Amino acid sequence: MMKAADLDAIRAIITRAKRWDLIFSVLGILSLMLGILTFVVLFIDMAIQGVPRLSYDFFTSFPSRRAENAGILSAWVGTILVMLVTALSAVPLGVAAGVYLEEYAPKNWMTDIIEINISNLAGIPSIVYGLLALGLFVYYFGFGQSILTAGLTLALLILPVIIVATREAIRAIPQSIHEGSYACGATTWQTVSDHILPYSSAGILTGVIIGMARAIGETAPIITIGALTFIAFLPTPPFAGDPPAGMFDWIFAPFTVMPIQMFNWTSRPEAAFTLNAAAAGFVLVFMTLAMNGLAIYLRYQLRKNIKW
Amino acid sequence: MSASASAPPLSASIGAGISDRLSKKASRHVKERIIEAMLFAAAAFSVFVTVAIVYVLVKESWVFFQTVPLSDFLFDTQWTPLFDDAHYGIMVLLSGTLTSSAVALVVAIPLGTIIALYLSEFAGFKVREIAKPFLELLGGVPTIVYGYFALTFLTPILQKIYPDLPGFNLLSAGLVMGIMIIPYVASLSEDAMRAVPMALREGSYAMGATRLQTALWVVTPAATSGIASAYILGISRAVGETMILAVAAGMQPNLTFNPAEPGATITSYIVQVALGDLPHGSIGYQTIFAAGLTLLLMTLAFNLLGYWLRKRYREVY
Repeated sequence: MMKAADLDAIRAIITRAKRWDLIFSVLGILSLMLGILTFVVLFIDMAIQGVPRLSYDFFTSFPSRRAENAGILSAWVGTILVMLVTALSAVPLGVAAGVYLEEYAPKNWMTDIIEINISNLAGIPSIVYGLLALGLFVYYFGFGQSILTAGLTLALLILPVIIVATREAIRAIPQSIHEGSYACGATTWQTVSDHILPYSSAGILTGVIIGMARAIGETAPIITIGALTFIAFLPTPPFAGDPPAGMFDWIFAPFTVMPIQMFNWTSRPEAAFTLNAAAAGFVLVFMTLAMNGLAIYLRYQLRKNIKW
Repeated sequence: MSASASAPPLSASIGAGISDRLSKKASRHVKERIIEAMLFAAAAFSVFVTVAIVYVLVKESWVFFQTVPLSDFLFDTQWTPLFDDAHYGIMVLLSGTLTSSAVALVVAIPLGTIIALYLSEFAGFKVREIAKPFLELLGGVPTIVYGYFALTFLTPILQKIYPDLPGFNLLSAGLVMGIMIIPYVASLSEDAMRAVPMALREGSYAMGATRLQTALWVVTPAATSGIASAYILGISRAVGETMILAVAAGMQPNLTFNPAEPGATITSYIVQVALGDLPHGSIGYQTIFAAGLTLLLMTLAFNLLGYWLRKRYREVY
């Protein structure tokens, strides 16, 4: 029979262990809060400084040497055009590669190399992509510091994100869908185009949005290709020139993008330019937040609605 | 097809139709092959990207190392490639990279691990559903914005605590970089912890262990390889991070391991050169490729280490 003293000792041990449990819970919540709080502080700090600068003029003015006249017109137009090139090149390539790896690829050394290579590409720092673009696109292909160069660079950067998202979306489709399609005599491509792609499109879209949100904020590779920071004009509107040659004038135009404009303003010593940087940063964070939020919402809806 | 005997004309037409449709269509086969080849080309393109990266970096660095001996590059203690008295000691830039990364990891590894343990072992379903998207957003903020935050918000606060701190310093950049890396470390570690089978936890609880004891002595050891590869991904992110350092750490090359000083890193040096107007083919232009190659080799080593750890120490359940 257990003695009272032993019982008390055991109870003491249990209480101590439970106290540590509680301490760790609090520590966990605090750590989580620190992360989330940093984000909130960053957002609020930027809003307090930047929002007063946000006006119609700020969005419709070119950068200027006078801080109070400067705006982000050339920056947001440039961002949209660069993103257009990025999306048009990265999405088809990434989805095609993802489909190949999931639906076609045989199990052999070639597939292994491609898979290891993709996970390795995802780990390469973005500035190295900038160096690649500088050597390859700017000088070797002679694209110069153009929208095309920037768009393609960012496309290479987000390619692994889109490939991985495509593969995950396809993997979520049950095997019975494939088997049903093949049983009806469909070829691999008919199965892919009529079943796999439509069913995985929402998942792929989520990945594309996350990739684009990353591309929008990327600064280092674009600086590395030597993009100008003071652009007080707009490129010719896309597809507006004389066809066929004039339609693509815009992709060879010099440009600036939002993060470059923000970097430019941040590196000036005058306080007034810092406010501009805050305003541009606020717009930038808002854009990436909106895109990430949309992706999270889409994924949530997807998980809720699809029951195979 | 026994009925066809009574109506020969009909059966003949059906038979002809069937055999016609069932015959192997060359066009369909060719189309399939072409599509497969195109999809393969898209997948193989990623290998081409890697080859192109290595080719460009090695080609330009090769020219650089014709002028600058490798021993100077590795052991010189000055980095002044743009001055008349040019020195090319990568150690100077490396010290900045290592110092800022160390500061970032001191923040990211403990916080990331605690968050992962909390989310995987302690938090309820609701907390996790809310916290994870928030952490994802933290990882989605553009790094230039973090740089701005480090320079204009964190540095002034640190200067109040430690008045001698210069306006540009590795400390503030490193701290913010640590916050930026938390989501990567936390989410990968958490994935590894959640992959540990429930039976192990149940066994531990059945022996009378508390949640914390289970988390520390059962779940963590079982998830070690995943947690280690999460740390390595964090290190690789820190080493490759550019804009926070370019904005908040100043860009003066400085051989120091003191985070309270300004300093240049490999990445911020590349940005600094790219901002200027260096002619294509000059030695200054080639230095950024040599620096880039160093960076690539470092991240490659970390990636391989992570890959090896995952393979070597993976517990198979």
